[in-house]
Amino acid sequence: MGFFIAQLLTGLANAGALFMVASGLSLIFGVTRIVNFAHGSFYMLGAYVGYSLMQVLPGAVGFWASILLAGVIVGLIGVIVEICVLRPVYRAPELFQLVATFGVILVIQDLTLMTWGAEDVLGPRAPGLTGVVRIMGEPVPKYDLALLVITPFVALGLWYLITRTRVGVLVRAATQDREMVGALGVNQSWLFTGVFFLGCALAGLGGALQLPKGGADLLMDFNILTAVFVVVVIGGMGSLPGAYLAAVLISVLGVFGVTYMPQSTLVLMFVIMVLVLMIRPYGLFGRPEVAGEHGQVGEPERPIKPAGLRARMIVAAGLAVLALMPVYGSSFALVLATDILIFCLFAASLHFILGLGGLVSFGHAAFFGGGAYVAALLVTYADTPMELALLLAPLGAGMAAIIIGWVCLRLTGVYFAMLTLAFSQLLWSLVFQWGEVTRGDDGLVNIWPSAWASGTTVYFYLSLVICTGGILFLRHAAHAPFGYALRAARDSARQAEATGIDTKRVQWAAFALAGAMAGVAGGLFVFSKGSVFPNELEIARSFDALIVVFLGGVKTLAGGVVGGVALEGVKDILTRFEYWRLALGVLIILVVIVAPDGLVGTARKLAERWGILRGAEDSK
Amino acid sequence: MLEIASVNSFYGKAHVLSDLSFTVQRGQVAALLGRNGAGKSTTMKSIMQLVVPRSGQVRFMDRDLVGLAPHRVAKMGLGYVPEDRRIFTDLTVLENLEVGRQPAREGTVTWTRDMLFDLFPNLAERRNNRGKEMSGGEQQMLTIARTLMGNPSFVLLDEPSEGIAPVIVEQMARVILQLKSEGLTVLLSEQNLHFARAVADVAVIIEGGAQKFHGTLAELNAQPEIRDAYLSV
Ligand SMILES: Nc1ncnc2c1ncn2[C@@H]1O[C@H](COP(=O)(O)OP(=O)(O)O)[C@@H](O)[C@H]1O
Ligand SMILES: [Mg+2]
Repeated sequence: MGFFIAQLLTGLANAGALFMVASGLSLIFGVTRIVNFAHGSFYMLGAYVGYSLMQVLPGAVGFWASILLAGVIVGLIGVIVEICVLRPVYRAPELFQLVATFGVILVIQDLTLMTWGAEDVLGPRAPGLTGVVRIMGEPVPKYDLALLVITPFVALGLWYLITRTRVGVLVRAATQDREMVGALGVNQSWLFTGVFFLGCALAGLGGALQLPKGGADLLMDFNILTAVFVVVVIGGMGSLPGAYLAAVLISVLGVFGVTYMPQSTLVLMFVIMVLVLMIRPYGLFGRPEVAGEHGQVGEPERPIKPAGLRARMIVAAGLAVLALMPVYGSSFALVLATDILIFCLFAASLHFILGLGGLVSFGHAAFFGGGAYVAALLVTYADTPMELALLLAPLGAGMAAIIIGWVCLRLTGVYFAMLTLAFSQLLWSLVFQWGEVTRGDDGLVNIWPSAWASGTTVYFYLSLVICTGGILFLRHAAHAPFGYALRAARDSARQAEATGIDTKRVQWAAFALAGAMAGVAGGLFVFSKGSVFPNELEIARSFDALIVVFLGGVKTLAGGVVGGVALEGVKDILTRFEYWRLALGVLIILVVIVAPDGLVGTARKLAERWGILRGAEDSK
Repeated sequence: MLEIASVNSFYGKAHVLSDLSFTVQRGQVAALLGRNGAGKSTTMKSIMQLVVPRSGQVRFMDRDLVGLAPHRVAKMGLGYVPEDRRIFTDLTVLENLEVGRQPAREGTVTWTRDMLFDLFPNLAERRNNRGKEMSGGEQQMLTIARTLMGNPSFVLLDEPSEGIAPVIVEQMARVILQLKSEGLTVLLSEQNLHFARAVADVAVIIEGGAQKFHGTLAELNAQPEIRDAYLSV
């Protein structure tokens, strides 16, 4: 019994930081409609800033002042980010804002690395709160008890602010209809900035508060992001009581999980989430998203059309240049080209559901890494030949996509996005924690191609044929009735239903196809590298693909491919520098602001302006 | 007080207002009349800068509003009551009023909650109810009261009589006349003449986003063919 209670208390204490970060994310989303991916980064900053302040400010007063100050400082950093990065993109489509916040993650990662170094930082103990208290004979850290008291006060304070003050009224009103709030004379820009300050300050506070429990390290940002998404999805986007309840639920289950099922703590979290969503699709306290509620207006879609003769000739010429590469390229160039080809197929598969289907998936790495692991496991445990493994990889990834798609497609918009991310993290944690089979972090090694394909040149040709084939197949599907149905479902589900299209089924099939294609890429990837590690399933991988699709241009069919080449090329150059993340992050943010149509879209517009290509207007 | 001069507004490529011009004098109640789709709501939004006119001027108290942010337009003393009401359904009546509250403004009435509850007695009873718990008529009152909390000198009312019960329409007419007696200027839109007859001094008729008539109600009454050509009955 005592043990049980001690566990419960620890779980409740752990809920504090999680709640603060999740409620900040929720608040920011409610008012600005931006899912702030960088929220984990502000949490990390809170920890580091708090740590530095504690070095300077002595004693108990200094400790608590440091925590509060860390919140304020991180809030101010959030304000800078809001003004410099997000203000220019509020009117852009959701995906652009996401990509911008991802750029912020990269920038903050490197700035943190520069400032505090790569070593993990050990959190200082809270003065006067070291040691444990015995509760029914079981030790409970005093600091946990302090957190237990502090969190409800923060929650109450937040609740008071939101329900009882003018600022809170404006925030809630803006969550519902921000344009109307503006028409009533409220300056939205400042409201947005204020909410961003509050949300980031909460994240910073959470980071600083957990210092004595976990210290600070450079992985904190992504590590908490998953849990935060799960909490927000379970609690319901935009609901503070929901965030609190879900944070407690997840944290308490996490603590018990460590005790009773140490192998499956991460998995447990996702199982709970899926269960909740089965019963309440918008979370415990959430409300359904009303389509078109956010009044995002973009340019009208251009009809996509099969490539014209000139475009076909360009593609053919490009392929010829590629095919001749072994003649003039070095073997290093061939390896890089193989990487790029594989990555392009991966990105094209995401582009298929994202661009054509409007399904913004944050977890596409699940299928890339999934395919890679299917192939690697088959080789490791069943001595499967490469040819068969390459066939079974997409099959496995496709099956995973069918299951994951079935759950995720019950939801739309940001919920869909966060669910896909959560599922990819579920797969990642399975692979990571199920060490006996997957060898965890050590990865699966010695996965080499069959003898005939083991040369760099042969494998390059193999990749060229399969990836080009895959991309052409996806393009073909885009122009087939299936592709039209998918776009109809994206543009107006209701109209599509009225014409007899089963939109969910079409989207489900597209999701499965995209998953299988990512699996093809994953299979090719394993044999090209000879090994696979869990990071192929990571959020960062999913984001790579998202960035590529975005860089290339969501609305253009060539987007995935062009973006893939651009990103891999840029990365290849940038990764030679120490702070390449910083450079890449800044580059991404600049592209979001300067060329929001992506590389292909922007190039096309420029070409139209200069009269090289015919514009949309003339072609009518 | 308000002068619309050759305004052209678009939704994407759709040209909705073409060279629209008219004026409203201080203290007048002006009716903007036209059939469904004529461009009345777009005119209102073009004044508030919720739709930014591509060309032309919207002069309010001798300042051109075109390109200003909507909150700046509101701060200059223009109050906007949208046709679809857009009350905050999760907020209580009192909270809805709070969103609209702005500092007192020189040269116009400063409204308090109690004054508004006198004007709309139903709201007083429901002050702690959420917006979504109210009837259509009550919502319409709330959206007007919310706008008045900003102490506007000029009120834009988009189809105030649409979709509400006849008794409440009568009450609405009384409210508008009271606003006029307090010295406010009003521009309201309607599809037909019934409501406008009861409250308006002047009428502007638009069709296809262009002005077809601009004159007093008496002048309009003398030309029934205009009414028959451009308004629903
Ligand atoms: N958000 C919008 N997007 C595109 N067209 C619109 C939009 N709102 C209105 N329209 C079009 O503009 C025209 C004028 O609409 P509106 O100003 O609402 O007319 P009214 O208020 O007189 O009924 C109509 O043809 C309508 O279809
Ligand atoms: Mg209208």
